[in-house]
Amino acid sequence: MSTPTVAGPRRLAWVRRGRTLLRFWREFRRNRAGVVGLVLLVGACVLALVAPFFISDAELSVTKAPGPLVAEPSWDYPLGTDKFGRSILDLIWQGSRVSLTVGFLATFMSVVLGTVIGIAAGHYRGWVESLLMRFTDWVLVLPTLVLAISLVVVMGRGLGTIIIAIGVTAWPVTARLVRAQTLAVEARPFIERARALGGGHWHVMTRHVLPNVMPIVLARTTLLVASTIIAESTLAFLGLSDPSRVSWGTTLQEARDAGATSAGLWWWIVPPGVAIALVALAFTMVGRALEQVYNPRLRERR
Amino acid sequence: MLGAFISLLAVAFIGFFLFRVLPGDPVRAMTQDRKVSLEQLEALREQLGLDEPLWRQFLDYLGQLATLDLGTSYQYRGAESVAGLIAEKVGPTVLLVGTATVISAVLGTWLGVRTGWRHGSTSDRVNTGIALTLWSVPTFWLGLMMIILFAAGAGPIPDIFPAGGMRDPDVTGWALVPNVAAHLVLPVITLVAVVYAQYLLVIRSSVLDEMGSDYLVTARAKGLRDAVVRRRHAVPNALLPAVTMIAIDLGGIVAGTILVETVFSWPGLGYMFYEALKVPDLPLVQGMFIFFSAAVILMNLLADLVYPLLDPRVRR
Repeated sequence: MSTPTVAGPRRLAWVRRGRTLLRFWREFRRNRAGVVGLVLLVGACVLALVAPFFISDAELSVTKAPGPLVAEPSWDYPLGTDKFGRSILDLIWQGSRVSLTVGFLATFMSVVLGTVIGIAAGHYRGWVESLLMRFTDWVLVLPTLVLAISLVVVMGRGLGTIIIAIGVTAWPVTARLVRAQTLAVEARPFIERARALGGGHWHVMTRHVLPNVMPIVLARTTLLVASTIIAESTLAFLGLSDPSRVSWGTTLQEARDAGATSAGLWWWIVPPGVAIALVALAFTMVGRALEQVYNPRLRERR
Repeated sequence: MLGAFISLLAVAFIGFFLFRVLPGDPVRAMTQDRKVSLEQLEALREQLGLDEPLWRQFLDYLGQLATLDLGTSYQYRGAESVAGLIAEKVGPTVLLVGTATVISAVLGTWLGVRTGWRHGSTSDRVNTGIALTLWSVPTFWLGLMMIILFAAGAGPIPDIFPAGGMRDPDVTGWALVPNVAAHLVLPVITLVAVVYAQYLLVIRSSVLDEMGSDYLVTARAKGLRDAVVRRRHAVPNALLPAVTMIAIDLGGIVAGTILVETVFSWPGLGYMFYEALKVPDLPLVQGMFIFFSAAVILMNLLADLVYPLLDPRVRR
């Protein structure tokens, strides 16, 4: 601990940031569902990261998998095996990597798009705003799954195209939220001060508006990951993903194509869906908790 | 009106851009993974007018759209027009979506009003929790679970409902009604599970917004019973914003329909879309993209037109 007398402005700023973070955490901790979701998420991410240390390629190989074919859950294979003799537990574990990665990347893309469009619309006003918001509302109304499917079909199936397809269809709600928040921020006096001191459009947007819309963007991002993970599994289930990469959606697609539903092979169908639902629910709970921290109006009603 | 027209034009433009411009050579994209002779390629190019400039192609394409000519599918050896195929499959989809929407709207409104009115109560928490869980579950997986539990024989009561399709092949005449109804049960339950949760959450938050209003205090001060305050005063006002919210999310119903029809092999538009994307049958995918988008936009226009009739405040 240094004495406050030698603290420069930079250090002061960090201290203040630390304090804000602490206050934020105290507020967040009050929401029990949010904490449960956060624990789940951290667990899922850690598991996904360490998966390669526990699962060898041979165990996931279509030709060399060690297990018996389509076996019920047993001591060796806690969740049973699929038609190639791969352990379902390993498939879920490994699949979490693709599902989470695609979820994060697609969300990132759509959030960047939404934030840029939202801030631009809220900052420039006039015809730019009405044009951008018309466009946003138009995309918002369109059936996004149909648009995403069409994009993937035209661009060729694969993980990259899935990320792009979800990214360019999921941004409108973010854009509307960010625009509303931008309008609120721009009405405040410190923006006028920044303009009076000669700050240009770029300066105002990146230095003053962006930091102030970030909390909303963060909450929105967390909520969005839940829906992009579901979207990924949906597109993969429709056979639009890369079949050589294991994900929760492709596992379900393989199960259905192998007739697992009509044969009643529940251990092949239940786990991937539960995994998707748990992770999506965890993101939703954390996102709602974040919203409540940043938006006191929501806090009292719950 | 003008807005809807511009939206439709934009859909047409995106359809053109997606399927004609983006793939580089549309003919190559259309014939992906299929054996085609050089003559066939040439004939396709000619037929699509690809030797003409792009703006010219776009105008031709608009002209075709205006006459409801969506091209021909080649999945069926080029004999079937896309518009004809769509018209053929609309019936089953309307039956499925109509039934599910009516049930969801009634269930969602009823539960949404109750949970919003008594927010914070146990029933509110339980219902919101169920809705949020259903919201997190992928639609297609819910369908697969339905089949496993109620059709495949893994559940407690094996085989009560058929696993897919719309009817058994040997059934005709009046016997068709109970037969189709039995086939309808699982798809409708799945679709309702997805859609009602949305309605519940929208109407609940809409009721919450009205809760603090002065007019409710007035109604209570008049000595009206709680149920009357809710039914006569709060609900009509809370339903208004819900109309717009639900119209905006019609795309979600389209998505749900595609997935439910795919899982249950329900012979409607969604299943045809799935079959088309598997091939891929680009003219059919394009036609259905335009059809679905146009349908959603027109429904939104309808909601905009009906809104002033429901809400005197926006009437001028």
